[in-house]
Amino acid sequence: MDISKFTSKKFLLVAGLVLAILVFLVTFPTYGSNSEVGIWVTILMYIILTVSWVIFSGTTGYMSLAVAAFFGIGMYTAAFLYPKSGPLLPLPAVIIMGGLVSFVFALLTGLVTLRLKGMYFAIFTFGFSVLLYHLMVYYELQIIGYRGQRLTPITNVTAFYILLIIMVLTLLAAYLIRRSRLGLAMQSIGESEDAAAHMGVNTTMVKVITFAISAFFMGAAGAALAPKWEYIDPSVAFNTFYSFMPVLMAVFGGMRELYGPVIGAAIFAYTERSLRLRFPYYYMLSFGIALILIIIYLPGGLTGLVPTLKDKLGGVIARLRKGGQSERHANT
Amino acid sequence: MDKATVVWVIGSGLLNGGVYALAAMGLSVQYGVARVLNLSHGEFIMVAAWLTFTFYTGSGINPLASAAITAPLFLGIGFLLHRTIFTTLKKRAPTPAAFEGNSLLVAFGLLYVVQNTALLIWGGQPRAYFWLTSGVDIWGVRFTLNNVIALAVAVALGVAFYVFVNRSRLGKAIRAAAQDPATAGLMGININLVLPLCFGLGALLAGIAGVLLSMCYPISTYMGMGYTVIALIVVALGGLGSIPGSFIGGFILGIIGSIVVQFESALSMVAFYALLMILLVVRPKGILGKT
Amino acid sequence: MPILEGQDVTKHFGGLAAVSHVDFHVDQGEIVGLIGPNGAGKTTLFNLISAAFPISSGEMRFKGHKLNGLKPHQICKLGVSRTFQETKVFANISVLQNVLVGAFFGTPTRVSAADAAREASQALEFVGLTAMSALPTKDLTMVNQKRTEVARALATKPELLLLDELMAGLTPAEVSEAMELVTRIRDKGISVFMVEHVMKAIIGICGRIIVLHHGEKIAEGTPQEITANKTVIEIYLGEETHAGS
Repeated sequence: MDISKFTSKKFLLVAGLVLAILVFLVTFPTYGSNSEVGIWVTILMYIILTVSWVIFSGTTGYMSLAVAAFFGIGMYTAAFLYPKSGPLLPLPAVIIMGGLVSFVFALLTGLVTLRLKGMYFAIFTFGFSVLLYHLMVYYELQIIGYRGQRLTPITNVTAFYILLIIMVLTLLAAYLIRRSRLGLAMQSIGESEDAAAHMGVNTTMVKVITFAISAFFMGAAGAALAPKWEYIDPSVAFNTFYSFMPVLMAVFGGMRELYGPVIGAAIFAYTERSLRLRFPYYYMLSFGIALILIIIYLPGGLTGLVPTLKDKLGGVIARLRKGGQSERHANT
Repeated sequence: MDKATVVWVIGSGLLNGGVYALAAMGLSVQYGVARVLNLSHGEFIMVAAWLTFTFYTGSGINPLASAAITAPLFLGIGFLLHRTIFTTLKKRAPTPAAFEGNSLLVAFGLLYVVQNTALLIWGGQPRAYFWLTSGVDIWGVRFTLNNVIALAVAVALGVAFYVFVNRSRLGKAIRAAAQDPATAGLMGININLVLPLCFGLGALLAGIAGVLLSMCYPISTYMGMGYTVIALIVVALGGLGSIPGSFIGGFILGIIGSIVVQFESALSMVAFYALLMILLVVRPKGILGKT
Repeated sequence: MPILEGQDVTKHFGGLAAVSHVDFHVDQGEIVGLIGPNGAGKTTLFNLISAAFPISSGEMRFKGHKLNGLKPHQICKLGVSRTFQETKVFANISVLQNVLVGAFFGTPTRVSAADAAREASQALEFVGLTAMSALPTKDLTMVNQKRTEVARALATKPELLLLDELMAGLTPAEVSEAMELVTRIRDKGISVFMVEHVMKAIIGICGRIIVLHHGEKIAEGTPQEITANKTVIEIYLGEETHAGS
């Protein structure tokens, strides 16, 4: 193993930063107010949704609009396993089940649709999310007779820690996949699916598995949030907003580096929390405008600007250094 | 099913079908020529419906008259939207696939913008107005006059549009641009005008669909998406870029929908979405490939 | 001994027969050329062999395995690899990573990371790209991108390599280098089936040439036989030939 990689300055800096952030987050509930913890719950949720979306769509280039579907499936799984009348399973099992049920749904839909290219896939996944909404409305209204499900509640703090764990796992998965041969296969698919297939990549399997992995984390997050919200119904669970938000956040933050979606998600989650509840129509309106403007003007996202900034900054530093050197030479 | 029910099912199916046909032709022309899959299409239908409602309840202008305002308005808005947003997107996109993906997202953005603007103006509650509601007896079943007029207008407009595309000079330019925009440009067709124009025509058709719809049914600010999905299904059934295909497909779907509603009305949206997804899997060329 | 053979291979697109009742074979250790005017069906035939799209009728066998109905990745793992007419490199990743894709996924059994890395660097050395292995592939010249494609295909440890217009757009000096590379590939034990327009290369290194025209095979033989064949000369009259370029 190459030890020097782990002792390089850059690695230590990044590791230190990550550690500091983790310590901050883990201890936050002890000194933060309940509403502040609530804001962080939202931020963590969006980070999980965005990063898990990027795991699949970021590399393969297949735009999935099914986040709402898997998020909602996780929520309703929790609603059935952790209802107000009394939990059927302990909470950690419920979370895992939320992830697993979404995983299975993703496997099945993936096998059916991942033979489709680009746009068809996007529309199909969108249709899937809305179909689930209508199905659930039908089920609740016609079959069980009332709308919405009540769950056994959990506190903000509990939800915070669960989501923190899920977020760490999601980021870890994203990081490990990116550096693995699976990640290489996905990148090859994104670059040229034909060539990838001809070099031996079983493109359908790779896509389906990655799609399912990303769905797992979305489902787990949904299962964690449903008991925190205590009451869910189809318009909350299968809201297509949750399909578009991660796309917007990923595009805004940039998808080249892993921290891009994290930054994008954090910024949006913070603004959303305060604005969306008070001015829902204005908020969604500006969300639409933001989506349009960002797609047109910022296709590489924020972190796409980083190379440009780095170049400019690097140029300034180099010129400063040169100036310093000539001074030194003048003095000798 | 007794005869009256059959007449009712077919009649209301044709009526819905007329609206679907216009909506589908609009979507078809937007994607077939301008290469934008405008998923906010249904929102334009909704806005047109609300505008007609406001004209009638606010100023007493009847729907057919206010259509004279709404139609050119939508043509212009569609033209401008393409000329500004989508043309810029096209210029900046590295590949055609990137353009399609980006325009899809932009269309969704438009969806949010239009829907929420409408919510701010008209609110979320369904409303309706009543014009020419006198009854007309057709084969023993009572339809309202406005329904009959709406159907007649839809058919007339569909036929007129077909004739326009196939016989007129502008129609020829449109068909050339749909086949091969680059070559069409080389042959002297002003692509910068024709593409936005087609997008505008699609919006115009959506507008008329909205006007007709508002005459016959209550209007809800959330009804747009349903029509977009239906337009997508029709286009999948009828083949993209085929005006007659979209026209006939619209009526077929209208009747199918009418039958589904007859048996289990609450499942109609489920049926439509499931049908869309099945069609996507079974014949993707139907929607997004060339026939 | 044929390593690849096809009987009555036909492919229809709508009403058009792009490839029509073609019989062909490649023997072990051969370099076989596939020539013909534009639109003759050469790349289509390659696409049928590599399963880029399905065959309409006929049969193809590689080392006795029936190829009909297999998917591209399965055919690669059987031992057939290829390059593409419009180079399909993975542009935004490095040259090494391109070749690693072939090394990791091109073989029927799972390889370790160390083995894959070794295989990849050997392939890169073989084509002469070791110095550029860390560069993003989109930054390379076209010639080097083609080399990357060859290295990537070689990393899949093929027994048969399909080269689709490798020499297109190369200068005469580059063509000679490419000819030498293909000969070295054959000397390693890999059979080669190549589509080409550059006559100098075809005549120079192919042991046998198959000629397609309008989807049908119209001639087959050694370079001497083909260059003397009246029909072949006729169909190339008016076509730009690169003989002696």
